[in-house]
Amino acid sequence: MSSLITKVRLKQISQHIEKGKRLDERGLQDYRPITLEEGVIEKAEGSARIYLGKTQVLVGVKVETGEPFPDTPNEGVQTVNAELVPLASPNFEPGPPDENSIELARIVDRGLRESHAIDTEKLCIEAGKKVFVVFVDVYVLNHDGNLIDASALAALAALMNTKISNYEVKDGELKIKQGYTQLPMKSRPITVTVGKINNQLIIDPQYEEEQVMDSRISIAVNEKGNICAVQKGCSGYFTPQQILEASKLAQAKAAELRKKLNW
Amino acid sequence: MNDKHDKLIDKKGIRLDGRKADELRPLKLQVGVLPNADGSAYIEHGKNKILAAAFGPREMHPKHLALADRMVLRCRYHMAPFSVQERKSPAPSRREVELSKVIRESLEPALFLELYPRTGVDVFIEVLQADGGTRCASITAAALAIADAGVPMRDLVVACAAGKVDDTVVLDLHDAEDKLGAADVPVAYMPALDAITLLQMDGILTPDEFQRAVDMAMGGCKKIYEMQKEALKTKYMVVKDVEESEVEE
Repeated sequence: MSSLITKVRLKQISQHIEKGKRLDERGLQDYRPITLEEGVIEKAEGSARIYLGKTQVLVGVKVETGEPFPDTPNEGVQTVNAELVPLASPNFEPGPPDENSIELARIVDRGLRESHAIDTEKLCIEAGKKVFVVFVDVYVLNHDGNLIDASALAALAALMNTKISNYEVKDGELKIKQGYTQLPMKSRPITVTVGKINNQLIIDPQYEEEQVMDSRISIAVNEKGNICAVQKGCSGYFTPQQILEASKLAQAKAAELRKKLNW
Repeated sequence: MNDKHDKLIDKKGIRLDGRKADELRPLKLQVGVLPNADGSAYIEHGKNKILAAAFGPREMHPKHLALADRMVLRCRYHMAPFSVQERKSPAPSRREVELSKVIRESLEPALFLELYPRTGVDVFIEVLQADGGTRCASITAAALAIADAGVPMRDLVVACAAGKVDDTVVLDLHDAEDKLGAADVPVAYMPALDAITLLQMDGILTPDEFQRAVDMAMGGCKKIYEMQKEALKTKYMVVKDVEESEVEE
């Protein structure tokens, strides 16, 4: 928790929410404006930068060859890493990933993995020996709250514009040919985080709101409206009734985002 | 559904280890098992064998981590190298870091953190043997260890998973069901307050299946909650017996 926000301010935020109002005049269950830029890093196989209000996240995708896991010899590998880089917030410090960045990476990873977003079976080059490894690197550039939803959206956008060089296999060696192929995708999961402040459920908390948030629940929803990953966070709790409400809210919001982004 | 999935539940609805869909694995809970810890607990949940120890409230080390207005709870979930089929490196993995965080956040709502400013409580969890559902068993044991340390609590925290195996929603997944099943939903719960303090999910569930899984997991939690209370009482029953026999002498 940050000490940069005074108790008076925190109380003001929480009283606002109690009355159904927010600092920036949004409704309790509205997202901030979202802008997505795709293909912003030419040297990466795929990339996307998202602006969610003042939150900015850049995701770069690199595709390399590597060994498959022994239990899935015919499948490519997906790995997600998140960096809370020090330029993104006065509260981020240089150093190895802390539990917040590890949790962020694992939530984004689970949403993609459990919904089978990447068609990993099509990323096998030579069974048991060589497959494509898709590195998804989440780079937080400006932290103004709701890093989970912003990162998950940017990661999916980056994967959707990822292109792999065409290739052929000769004597077990990979030969690059001309042209590119789109990374094979099977699903487009959208993760919606529902926060709880004063027993009110809110969407898309900004940084200051996160400082008074009792708890949050992030729910990944696929295009069929099924739930494919859930993570509760923060030191508070939810009642069973609130969980039900949050899951309905997440589905509605995911559908709304899907329509808006044309996913 | 492929072949390996078909084998997890037979035609009579019986699971690989002989359980019905809504049946828990056998549980054993013990409190006060480690003399040096302020509080400790041991849980056997199916083949899971887990030790938890609590220290504090005590002075924070390093000191700069202490908070002026509340107590700090720290949790470390750690798996022994021999706890799984292939040796696990003792260095903390990303999974362990995440689990340590969600376990801490599942226990914090039970504590009166604001009553013990500048202090810390450390909870150490060692998974000696893992067989699916270790985070849940760890929470159940950690809550007992904290209670055993004499730290006031709003309620015990108890955890149990439900999931989907072969199109059936089932309670308390073991290792094979966890790995081969369609979804896993671990839930931590404070029954007296009707509060869910941990909820995760992986796999794919319809909204209706998700709701049923959460309800079923809460049902499992309520059963384990009774065993938790029993385990706490048992420790003091033993003390009482000793005192009484001393008086007789």
